[in-house]
Amino acid sequence: MIRIQIYYSKGGAFRYTGNLDVHKAWERIFRRANLSLAYSQGFHPQPRLNQANPLPLGITGRNELIEVWINNNQINHEEIRSTLEKSLPPGITINAIEEVPLNAPSPQTRVIAADYVAEISPAIAAVQLKDRIQTLLQSESLIRERRGKKYDLRPLVYNLELENSIRQAGNHRIFMRLAAGQQATGRPDEVLTALGLDPFSAYIERTGIVFRE
Amino acid sequence: MLSAMEIQARLEQILLRVEKPGRYVGGELNQVIKPWESVKTRVALVFPDLYDIGLPNLGLAILYDILNKQKDVLAERAYAPWVDMETLLRENEIPLYALESKQPLAAFDIIGFSLPYETLYTNTLNILDLSSIPLKAVERQKSHPLIIAGGHAAFNPEPMADFMDAFVIGEAEDVILEIVHAHQQWKAAHLQKEKLLMALSKISGVYVPSFYRPVYKLDGTISHIERRNDESGSLPVTKRIVPRLPLPPTNFIVPNIDVVHNRVAIEIMRGCTRGCRFCHAGMITRPVRERPVAEIVASIETALRNTGYEEIALLSLSSSDYSQITELVSAVSERFSSQHLTISLPSLRIDTVSVDLLEKLKGRRSGGFTLAPEAATDRMRNTINKPISAEQLLETAREIYRRGWTNLKLYFMIGHPTETLEDVQAIADLCKAVLAEGRKQIGRRANLHAGVSTFVPKPHTPFQWVPCDEMENIEAKQVLLRKTMTGPGLKLTWTDPRDTQLEAWLSRGDRRIGEVIYRAWQLGAKFDAWQDQFRFEAWQYAFLQAGLDPAFYTYRHRTLDEVFPWDHINIGVKKQYLIEEFRRSEAGVLRADCRENCYACGILPVFTEMRRAFPGRAWKCPEVRSPSRKTILETAAS
Repeated sequence: MIRIQIYYSKGGAFRYTGNLDVHKAWERIFRRANLSLAYSQGFHPQPRLNQANPLPLGITGRNELIEVWINNNQINHEEIRSTLEKSLPPGITINAIEEVPLNAPSPQTRVIAADYVAEISPAIAAVQLKDRIQTLLQSESLIRERRGKKYDLRPLVYNLELENSIRQAGNHRIFMRLAAGQQATGRPDEVLTALGLDPFSAYIERTGIVFRE
Repeated sequence: MLSAMEIQARLEQILLRVEKPGRYVGGELNQVIKPWESVKTRVALVFPDLYDIGLPNLGLAILYDILNKQKDVLAERAYAPWVDMETLLRENEIPLYALESKQPLAAFDIIGFSLPYETLYTNTLNILDLSSIPLKAVERQKSHPLIIAGGHAAFNPEPMADFMDAFVIGEAEDVILEIVHAHQQWKAAHLQKEKLLMALSKISGVYVPSFYRPVYKLDGTISHIERRNDESGSLPVTKRIVPRLPLPPTNFIVPNIDVVHNRVAIEIMRGCTRGCRFCHAGMITRPVRERPVAEIVASIETALRNTGYEEIALLSLSSSDYSQITELVSAVSERFSSQHLTISLPSLRIDTVSVDLLEKLKGRRSGGFTLAPEAATDRMRNTINKPISAEQLLETAREIYRRGWTNLKLYFMIGHPTETLEDVQAIADLCKAVLAEGRKQIGRRANLHAGVSTFVPKPHTPFQWVPCDEMENIEAKQVLLRKTMTGPGLKLTWTDPRDTQLEAWLSRGDRRIGEVIYRAWQLGAKFDAWQDQFRFEAWQYAFLQAGLDPAFYTYRHRTLDEVFPWDHINIGVKKQYLIEEFRRSEAGVLRADCRENCYACGILPVFTEMRRAFPGRAWKCPEVRSPSRKTILETAAS
């Protein structure tokens, strides 16, 4: 058995695919590639496949991480990569693939933050946007409600800034680093709402996951 | 008309505001995208229900495959948007579009609707409306797409006749290409729309309703069908079939979201020889044609490689009757059982052999075991021609529980002709006896789910003359079941009698019902098969507006000499045979499975030449060796 970590991007139609279905998509990629995943024990054996940090529906990912256990010792990670690449659906591409020791700590436990970039329509002036960002960063707490539960968004926002470079179509780009992982997760759409922006018309991409060393 | 790019841009502003946006974006593995300008004919295949239901539909998957294999044709898909999406589409003035190219449906040459069941009729109108295409065929110009429909419900095309340019009656594998070809010739010649319809009406298996007009008697029944144009094809329209099942599609589209069936579906056999008298499919899909074991296994292999699906379904109307079922199950389980796959084999006969078969397919007893006894007394079983003794069911159930399944699902129907409360009580008693068997075997872990639906008389069946059971009777029968079928481990589900009414009106409807469908849609009816959307009052009011009596379609006694609205559609089975079966039903006389002995239902004479050209065991009808009468006459004449 070998343990493989795959860094991949998720875009195209997969932007509209939720986390559970992305999981299913990976199972099918492996089945198409004829690479036999290891299964858990028990009455309902499940393929051993973990995502480092779930990505909400509607957000694309530039460098997501999934790890799998494969029932094969003969194959190296480069061979796995080339086999997998022939089996990918449109919208998923592999950035990197590496083998890790079987006893390495799980990536889920190492996630501490995630970086996002949100593209916002130029309807709002840059000055105004900068003002709102400043106000948000200066506030001590930012109580919001999600699924009927109150929580403080402010401590989950590690960084928030308006990128200077103006993109094509004149969109603003807001960079954010938000808490992620097993403790608490900041959602980029909530940040946009807190800034008085419509998260549904923004284009949000997770540019990377930040791991504890 | 908005361009594909404009549609795409507007979509991006609304998709995150709807539930499951993955329904509306396409982009799945194995979808086929061809450059729009590279082909002569563009076909949109539409399943007028949610993506989740429509995507796994095998019929459209077959046509998608066939059409896209043609160099000069492209086929794309569309489904009914859910109400949240519909609202946003309308608010943002986005026409309904095909998932592949995002081209508006109105830009296609041909739109083909799949109509497997009647409750999709209002959605069909809604989809045309969302596409800014006039609903009624007479209002459509040459510039509009040709609107056609097929599927099991289309075997009575009359209720939807006002809205369709043409119907495909029967199996579409061959005829779809003939339609495309006729369209190409017509398009190249720049002729009027009438000329296209004329050409289509001459294709065997195609019905162009506007060329024919039903003439009614004073009592509202049909006197005869008037042919409005001497150059159009003649009646009856005989259904099309393929002589042998073409290679099954193996390049199934793999959705990026969860849908109702995520699986490789392979049809192992078409048609059924059992002759259950209530069964629409059993009458309209004759003759039985089987697919060879080797072809099935090879197709599954290819399809799994192409899709990565975790489930295989071997489809037919009656799996146990597939002549090499044991060989098939051995081959499939040997080949695929070690790969963590679920293999399903629905529609099994009620005997212990079925338990052996499923046991072989499933290493683990995952899921439940489903059987369809349909009735619980011998009198009812003889009426519907489904003879299964209570002992046989109990013995089978005992084996199912004993070998480790904990959930058994039994399908029954109430409202069969001449059914009494005693017959219904017998369903409850039988279920309790079955569960008691389960308890004996595995104790409290045994569960029984009884799904009790309500019988609706269908066109082209021996029960097409039968009045529906009155709503009050159905309600009383359901009350009886609900009262008696209680207790731990026992679950009962039933059909809302109002849903049954709608199905009954539409099933045996005539052309005048089209007005009811139109008005019901105007009053907001859509997604009629969905409990939370169904608007019974809209339908009642639509009948009132159209000046029609709903009871005419449901409770009326039909005489044996009545001309039915669907009589000019020839399914191959003779009306005289259906009458005979109806009489046997009244007398409580069974008809044996016809694969042992041919009872001359009429299908073989209709397809004699085909059978002669395709001898052998794939067909379950007898072989045709002697030259046909027609050939003899022709030879004599020359």
